[in-house]
Amino acid sequence: MRLRLVPQETNFDFFKYARATFGASVVAVIASLAIWLLVGLNFGIDFLGGTTIRTDSTVQVDVADYRAALEPLGLGDVVISEVFDPNFADDQHVVTVRIQAQEGAEAVTPEIIAAIEAALQASVDPAMTFPSVESVGPKVSGELIQTAILAVLASLGAILVYIWLRFEWQFSVGAVAALIHDVILTIGVFSLFQIRFDLATIAALLTIVGYSINDTVVIFDRLRENLIKYKQTALRDVMNLSANETLSRTLMTSGTTLIALIALLVLGGDVIRGFVFAIAWGVIVGTYSSIYVAKNVVLMIGVKRDWSKPSDGGAGGPGGTQFANIDA
Amino acid sequence: MLQIPLWNRLFIVLTVLVGLSFAMPNFFYGTVERHNDALAEIERTGIETPEQTADIAAWPSFLPATLVNLGLDLRGGAHLLAEVRVEDVYVQRMDSLWPEVRDALRELRDVVGTIRRIDAEPGLMQVRISQPEGMPSALAAVRELGQPVVSLTGGFGESTLDVSGSGDIITVRLSEAEQAATNDRTLQQSIEIVRRRVDEAGTREPTIQRQGADRILIQVPGIGSAQELKELIGTTARLTFHPVVGRASGPDEDVESRQIILPSIEEGEGYYILEETPVVSGDDLVDSQPGFDQQTGEAIVTFRFNPSGARAFGDYTAANIGAPFAIVLDNEVISAPVIRSAITGGAGQISGNFTVEGSTELAILLRAGALPAEMTFLEERTIGPELGADSVQAGQTAALIAFAAVLIFMIASYGLFGVFASIALVLNVGLIFGVLSLIGATLTLPGIAGIVLTIGMAVDANVLVFERIREELKTAKGPARAIELGYERALSAIIDANITTFIIATILFVLGSGPVRGFSVTLGIGIATSVFTAIYVTRLLLVFWFERRRPKTIEV
Repeated sequence: MRLRLVPQETNFDFFKYARATFGASVVAVIASLAIWLLVGLNFGIDFLGGTTIRTDSTVQVDVADYRAALEPLGLGDVVISEVFDPNFADDQHVVTVRIQAQEGAEAVTPEIIAAIEAALQASVDPAMTFPSVESVGPKVSGELIQTAILAVLASLGAILVYIWLRFEWQFSVGAVAALIHDVILTIGVFSLFQIRFDLATIAALLTIVGYSINDTVVIFDRLRENLIKYKQTALRDVMNLSANETLSRTLMTSGTTLIALIALLVLGGDVIRGFVFAIAWGVIVGTYSSIYVAKNVVLMIGVKRDWSKPSDGGAGGPGGTQFANIDA
Repeated sequence: MLQIPLWNRLFIVLTVLVGLSFAMPNFFYGTVERHNDALAEIERTGIETPEQTADIAAWPSFLPATLVNLGLDLRGGAHLLAEVRVEDVYVQRMDSLWPEVRDALRELRDVVGTIRRIDAEPGLMQVRISQPEGMPSALAAVRELGQPVVSLTGGFGESTLDVSGSGDIITVRLSEAEQAATNDRTLQQSIEIVRRRVDEAGTREPTIQRQGADRILIQVPGIGSAQELKELIGTTARLTFHPVVGRASGPDEDVESRQIILPSIEEGEGYYILEETPVVSGDDLVDSQPGFDQQTGEAIVTFRFNPSGARAFGDYTAANIGAPFAIVLDNEVISAPVIRSAITGGAGQISGNFTVEGSTELAILLRAGALPAEMTFLEERTIGPELGADSVQAGQTAALIAFAAVLIFMIASYGLFGVFASIALVLNVGLIFGVLSLIGATLTLPGIAGIVLTIGMAVDANVLVFERIREELKTAKGPARAIELGYERALSAIIDANITTFIIATILFVLGSGPVRGFSVTLGIGIATSVFTAIYVTRLLLVFWFERRRPKTIEV
């Protein structure tokens, strides 16, 4: 017996609740933007500059002790957070100490790091070790933000052009709308739960873009095929048919990818947890958006139906108006 | 029907075999690593110990021995991003140009009068002449000293020098084209010197890369901390020889312009007043060895100059017999012997109360050359080895579980076809490791995430094909035709989907740094290998099976 995620024949009307789903997407995007603006992202040192020290000690963590030990050093804003991970041994207590970029320091000062390590060993645990120390100067972090934004924009642009060349410009608008939807929703989740946002998160964002477009392209590819095959059928129905035909593939792929990612999320350790979470979230949102956002947008703009004539530079009017005079 | 030409089949099988043979050493990581380390060590020292012989014998030499480089986050080590202060070099260039300018203008003494270098901002040389009427010929004479810029990108026929005159002051600076060419050379030289210094310390597989116009990325696995690495590469060891003007009582004494006061380490205290422009600098050194003085038996460092350094050194010592001159290392006077005779051979020695270790270390530093310019460290990271080992462990477990789950899922969904897809998937991961080893890429923790993601996505192409075959079976054209059509029709979706993801991987690689890059490399390789295994390998497996069984009906 075969495992079937969806029945052999499905006939869902994905546009039945188009208003509700599209409305929900719009609300979610606006909510994400609002949270982003109001709460802000929890930027890591990659983007803010500063130093992160990871401490490893056998003594139970009392954040107040750490704070008290570092207070006399006058370092400004210090964030102390305990790290939990199923991979840690029972007597392993890990804390990350994040210190803001120091005023006027272009490069990183080893003296400050040495002072912090000495202070912590003196008053918290003499046997404390420091498995990792990372410092980023303010000059670099500014550039990192620029390249990160550039990377996201460049990939959106490249995809816009690629889809436009391979399909029609309407598809490309729909696909990119879905991508922007995914990226904004991910940023929203990161601000809502204050998950650390760093360079790896940007990589995750771009992966989401790649994954989501992957999904969208498969449906579009089928749609293009069906548009030629069923010239008389209304655009909306052809879209539903295409989505139904690819539904089992969509769920299979998302399912296997999610299994892999959840394994990594649970067992991969705390170092990449934020990164993997972003991708896993993106797979879910990306799958949703290729079914409910990308197609909706294409349906709204409409698409040229008469593929036998040369392109008139874009839309042939709203969907379903140009399907006369064909000898099929 | 389902026909694949023989050469095609051979090509697919061969590609897989070659890929897997390159991946294989990674399954015996420790053994192969010791094998490679022992070989490298023998290469370096020329001595072979019994342990090394055993290590080499542990891995047969006819097998490939390239390994996937483990990144710092997996192995532990130090990471530095350094900015080279290229402007330092402009200053040195102007200083070394001054004697030439002086000599050129001296020949025109009748026209320009007396000449004098005056203090100017760094990177500029300003010379005052007492007869401003002679400015045009002075400018012409100085311009003569410029040479055409040598660079691939620099302006054609442009001079290295930018010479201008205003009133009685001549201003000389490097032209823009020459500045760009100089920056290039400075970076290359710095990278070379950093590499040599890191290599001298005997660590394995350091990454030393240029980033942007004036930055160097240095990653050294297995080193204790970024601080240690900084000390290793940050020691300047700039050796210069200066004429001695006199002695000073303290560092703040007034001196004339173009003179400097440097402390003496020979006597523990005391200061020398020196001409700022050196006679010869360490840039002209070709060799340096530790040794012992024949007469006194104390540890010394011997050195040898290249021909132009030897000439300058010979000319100066011949003209200044009886005068003291200072050997300066990193702005400290090591010793200031009196010149007894002209040293024309270009070889000399430095003595200065060295211990044997001290002289050895100095010889290494001198041999490795001075960094042409100072470096500022913009970013530094230290990752402990235990943290790395934990990450490898966690990444492996996650990958294995993801793998197992995906296999079960695929076989449950597609039966025999799922088995074929699973075999392709296993081969795919093998090929990823093969390619990573072959190109010497570095595997990072996000890289493992990239592989895990590829495992999830690699089945996509197969799912697309299998779903398509199911559909084609409904139209009942026979199983062979359905399989053929399935592959054919799914292809455009597979290509489009993978090209878009590949675009992202490329952008990540171009714009990303560090962890992002590692991820993009495995993602990109994973896309390429998964398309290969999902399309060609599964089809070949299917064809082999089909030719043996000739089934009338198939169930996908």
